Amino acid sequence: MALIAALLPQLVQMLLVLAVAPLVIGTTRRMRARLLRRVGPPLLQPYRDLARLARKEAIVAHSASPLFRIYPYAVFAATWVAAALVPTFATGLIFSWSGDFIAIIALLGTARAALALAGLDAGTSFGGIGASRETMIAALAEPAMLMVVFIVALLAGTSQLSEVSAFMAGPTVGLRVSLGLGLVALIMVAIAENARIPVDNPATHLELTMVHEAMVLEYSGRHLLMIELAAATKLVAYLAILACVFLPAGIAAAGAGPAALLLGVSAFVAKLLGLAALLSVFEASIAKMRVFRVPEFLGAALMLGLLGTLLLFVSRLSQ
Amino acid sequence: MPAAGVQALNGLAAGGVGALLALGLLAPALGERRGAHRVIYLACVLVSAALAGLAFTTLAAIGAGAPAAVVALPVGLPLGQTLLGWDALGAAFAILVNGVTAVVSAYAIGYGSHEEEQQRVLPFYPAFLAGMNLVLLANDAFSFLVGWEFMSLTSWALVVSRHRDAGNRHAGMVYLAMAFGGTLSLLMFFGLLAGHAGGYGFDQIRAAALPASTGAAALLLALAGTGSKAGLFPLHAWLPLAHPAAPSHVSALMSGVMTKVAVYAFIRFAFDLADPGAAGDWLGGLLVMLGAATAVYGVLAALIETDIKRVLAYSTIENIGLVFGALGLTLAFQSKGFAAAAGLGLTTALLHSVNHAAMKSALFMGAGSLIVATGERSLDRYGGLARRMPRTTAAMLVGALAIAALPPLNGFVSEWLLFQAVLASPTLPDWFLRLVVPACGAAFALAAAVAAAVFVRLFGIGFLGRARSASAAQATEVDAFASTAALVAAAACIVLGAWPALAIGPLQIVVAALLDADVINPVSGPWQSLVPLPTSASSYNGLVILVFLAASATCAALALRLLASGALRRAPAWDCGFPDPDPATQYTAASFAQPLKRVFGPALFRAREQVTMPPPGDGQAATIEVEWHDLPWRYLYRPMAQGVLYLADRLNVLQFLTIRRYLLMVFAALVTLLVVVAAWH
Repeated sequence: MALIAALLPQLVQMLLVLAVAPLVIGTTRRMRARLLRRVGPPLLQPYRDLARLARKEAIVAHSASPLFRIYPYAVFAATWVAAALVPTFATGLIFSWSGDFIAIIALLGTARAALALAGLDAGTSFGGIGASRETMIAALAEPAMLMVVFIVALLAGTSQLSEVSAFMAGPTVGLRVSLGLGLVALIMVAIAENARIPVDNPATHLELTMVHEAMVLEYSGRHLLMIELAAATKLVAYLAILACVFLPAGIAAAGAGPAALLLGVSAFVAKLLGLAALLSVFEASIAKMRVFRVPEFLGAALMLGLLGTLLLFVSRLSQ
Repeated sequence: MPAAGVQALNGLAAGGVGALLALGLLAPALGERRGAHRVIYLACVLVSAALAGLAFTTLAAIGAGAPAAVVALPVGLPLGQTLLGWDALGAAFAILVNGVTAVVSAYAIGYGSHEEEQQRVLPFYPAFLAGMNLVLLANDAFSFLVGWEFMSLTSWALVVSRHRDAGNRHAGMVYLAMAFGGTLSLLMFFGLLAGHAGGYGFDQIRAAALPASTGAAALLLALAGTGSKAGLFPLHAWLPLAHPAAPSHVSALMSGVMTKVAVYAFIRFAFDLADPGAAGDWLGGLLVMLGAATAVYGVLAALIETDIKRVLAYSTIENIGLVFGALGLTLAFQSKGFAAAAGLGLTTALLHSVNHAAMKSALFMGAGSLIVATGERSLDRYGGLARRMPRTTAAMLVGALAIAALPPLNGFVSEWLLFQAVLASPTLPDWFLRLVVPACGAAFALAAAVAAAVFVRLFGIGFLGRARSASAAQATEVDAFASTAALVAAAACIVLGAWPALAIGPLQIVVAALLDADVINPVSGPWQSLVPLPTSASSYNGLVILVFLAASATCAALALRLLASGALRRAPAWDCGFPDPDPATQYTAASFAQPLKRVFGPALFRAREQVTMPPPGDGQAATIEVEWHDLPWRYLYRPMAQGVLYLADRLNVLQFLTIRRYLLMVFAALVTLLVVVAAWH
């Protein structure tokens, strides 16, 4: 019974991230359209899109390998597990010890590698463009992200995200320069990793500017459904990381009662929607940059992260 | 087990080395008979498996408290006897070396039949194995150096076994020069140590207390000697030439195992024979910097290279960088008295050695199968092999994902431990280390991220897409021995990823023996989770992650089966409406790497791209010229080689003097020596 009680929040979290993911996408689209003075799609449109994809037949290219039909599930599973390890509405869930912040980033890396292979699978030139650019972006974004992990882990004394969140909610944090640097770096990485403007445009199908969309061109039907849902879940995972590290308010402590959990869930959804709204404001106010400007953008994120880490290493000495 | 039991095990191990040497002699006797290679390789499998079993028993006995014992053979140079025996460190590496060797030899039972000149490979292969085992068994400087030279020279013979290719001959020459340089450093290293100890036995060397400055100098020599064999930047230049030149099963051993023997040697020197004492902090910092430089340089070079075996060789350099980085952290922690963190660093280095041996041997065996099946070595000549060679594809996919440090496979586990060791380092009370370690941590992170790009490229261009050459279009799966051996190594990557405790448990015996402290076993969380340091609650469990991944994927697939349409149609590729039947329109290895090359190439490799566009209206084809350089080769090795040639040219006149002048020179030399001796006193 105790096991079931402990398993339940973990299960709720896994379902919650999946359930709200399309809503977050719908919110960003709707907000952005309103900011651009368009009517925009309904908030629930992504759910309808996914349902429609489920009804369609899946098409597999003649030149595709047997692995072609496996990648979507691999991408989805790795993203989902990563999202399930991020504390969303409560810390100290039953499986929170099975992976730390670094493992979460690496799991998202596994999903990305599977997606890049999917882009190369059918042997088309656009798939290659997407895979090549995605790996370039990832190769720069991942070290920047790890620097953010270092900053947070050095401050909290652990890289376990659950503990980090509890630490950040506590009174001992205070304002720190390195945390500010980490926050900026994290936002830059999150934008790049989720293929948002200014790094990539989730709405584009203009051949030469695509990154993420180019990799999934060959997919359709239920396979595309998996990939789209994984992309939405990934956005939720990054927003949840932002929320649990930098906005830990409202998150339920380990072993909290149902009331606190319920409060945690509503706080989490509110935080997600708020961050999604901020994202769309940011996206509406900036233009997409050239692909070869992206390394400078991510290089800046890496330098910010490194600077924050160095500050922490040096400040420990003066204490 | 009593000491006599351990001694008996060591005696058997020495017998195993003898058996390998005998196999080397047997090979020419078998001659060009059909199936001769099967006999030799099968015997190698058996002997290696036996040696691995003996080493495991020894390690278990030492772990249970038995003292390490030494066998004295009544042969050997001035000492009069050869001291052989495994301690915990030697036994652990012997398991690694012989375990991998057994699998690779099984691979060679099938793969070896494609060799054209068997007698250029067969005698040297068992001798190479014997040399590596002798290094691990040696308990005195002489037998160590004999084993080391044996290992170098036999592997050189294997590198030049395809000597008709000028590139291979060049590789052999460079390798030989570097190997001699490395051995020279080791010779001086042992000279320094033995000078203080008054003997060449490891026991005597251990017992002698070294002055701090001598310890540091000796370790620098050891670093040069072992680093050149392992491929540490900037001593790596021979490695991407020589490892790919050998037949693929030998490449697998050179990259997967021989570099680990060099790692073993460095651990033996730094943590057992020559204690650097207080100099450990700056030596550790230096080593971390070298490791980071090696990792970043190796992985970026691997990204640019298109020859599959050279990609793998450069990736070996990267992984050696990670191992030496972890060893540097260990030295730094140890010198400052942080026992737990030092234990973590050493565990990381050892575990990554094990992991890299598994994944690199899987990848090299797979690469060998590709070369046999297609006759091509460039990634751009493969493509579409996933359908034609399913078993090799599976092995390569697992190996590639593992070495790209992606969970839930084994490469990630050791990489994760390395990051945990970096995160433990702000406690170090030293300015130099505090600045070096985080910067190098960023470099390790960059190397890990670029490694993912390298291996997505290797697998995606090599196995996916459409066939890029006629030979790739007709490739067929290789024989059962070769494909099964590669699959076994790949399975080891999965098992070690899900259950790292399997390797970490035995390695803890080694760490405890070397660091003389109560080290903390990192396998301490629930369900054998890794908890590297109890002060931070960070933990990772590969098995839970693996089960989670499998369960999520299955759930998703089941849900779709219930709720979604199951219809599937095969159709031509969509490609935005412009599919082109020519396979040349696919992305190539070079074009895939181009964006990252544009970011890092100009600074690190002097990479240059020159596009010549004909003016509008001109029908000429546009051209693109791409070039890049291995900078240490250009600015370190080439000037050195030119200097040697120049000096040789100048000194050549000495060969054509009259007898009077020779006598005069002898006289002058004598006088100079006497003056020097007089001045000395």
